[in-house]
Amino acid sequence: MASSEASEGGLSIHPMEQFEVKPLFGHGDLGLLTITNSTLWMALVLAAASALFILGMQGRALVPTRIQSIAEILYGFVRQMVTDVMGEEGVKFFPYIFTLFVFILFSNLLGLIPYSFTTTSHIAVTGVLALLVFGTVITLGLIKNGAKFLKLFWIDAAPLGLRPILAVIELISFFVRPLSHSIRLAGNMMAGHAVLKVFAAFVPALSVFGVLPLAMMVAMTGLEVLVACVQAYIFAILTCIYLNDALHPGH
Amino acid sequence: MEAEAAALLGKYIGAGMACTAMGGAGVGVGHVVGNYLSGALRNPAAAKEQTATLFLGIAFAEALGIFGFLIAMLLMFAV
Repeated sequence: MASSEASEGGLSIHPMEQFEVKPLFGHGDLGLLTITNSTLWMALVLAAASALFILGMQGRALVPTRIQSIAEILYGFVRQMVTDVMGEEGVKFFPYIFTLFVFILFSNLLGLIPYSFTTTSHIAVTGVLALLVFGTVITLGLIKNGAKFLKLFWIDAAPLGLRPILAVIELISFFVRPLSHSIRLAGNMMAGHAVLKVFAAFVPALSVFGVLPLAMMVAMTGLEVLVACVQAYIFAILTCIYLNDALHPGH
Repeated sequence: MEAEAAALLGKYIGAGMACTAMGGAGVGVGHVVGNYLSGALRNPAAAKEQTATLFLGIAFAEALGIFGFLIAMLLMFAV
């Protein structure tokens, strides 16, 4: 992958190198239990999220400190989102959605630190998250509604002749969900980081005029912070919507 | 050798063509946000409740472009 790009006019850009999963110790093959840079950054994400909520909520002050406000705002924001989409019935899924949201938000944001590793840029990671949601939706829907869950695909509001066609379309779109759910997050993260890397390679190549791409990169990093937050939000709200299908398949 | 070169050429052309999907996603996202804005300016009171829908629309429009990007990435690095 590197050789084809390195030959172009002396500019060597390796935008995908940063996503390589490497073992932390030694150079052996990747096994099931090998500690890789992905493992390390996932552990750091967990540590950072735990630190925020444990340290933040330790004081339990009536007038919150700064760190406590951050924890409270995150909690309130997700709680509001869950009740908006699923109603009071959905509050029992709040811990799951909050965990997903915080994990994705933190790994997106920690991935923006230079030389760090973005765990969510791998479809292997986001795919597992999305498949868990998908599995939860199916099991929950079938347990809670039984065969009525299949009404999700049989749309009563449509004319009778159209319903079989719509059922096929709905079925396909239902099974594409875990794919689009995971690829949206991984693709956004990967694309953003690759673009930053490409621009970074322009900086030394243009010598004095390298200031221009550098300024551009600063602006782009700001945009990436926004994208990181928005993607975590979108993943969480789509989880809410999918779970809402399982809870209330009629709508 | 000839066939290999042709395969490589096709790979790069295919990757480039797959990236046009991102253009469609750009049009889609612009459409969503533009319509949201024109609606929001007419009735600013109702705008705030619809931000979640706005982000959802952006996400769905963007996903299809990301699929194209994924195909390009697969062609470049996996095939």
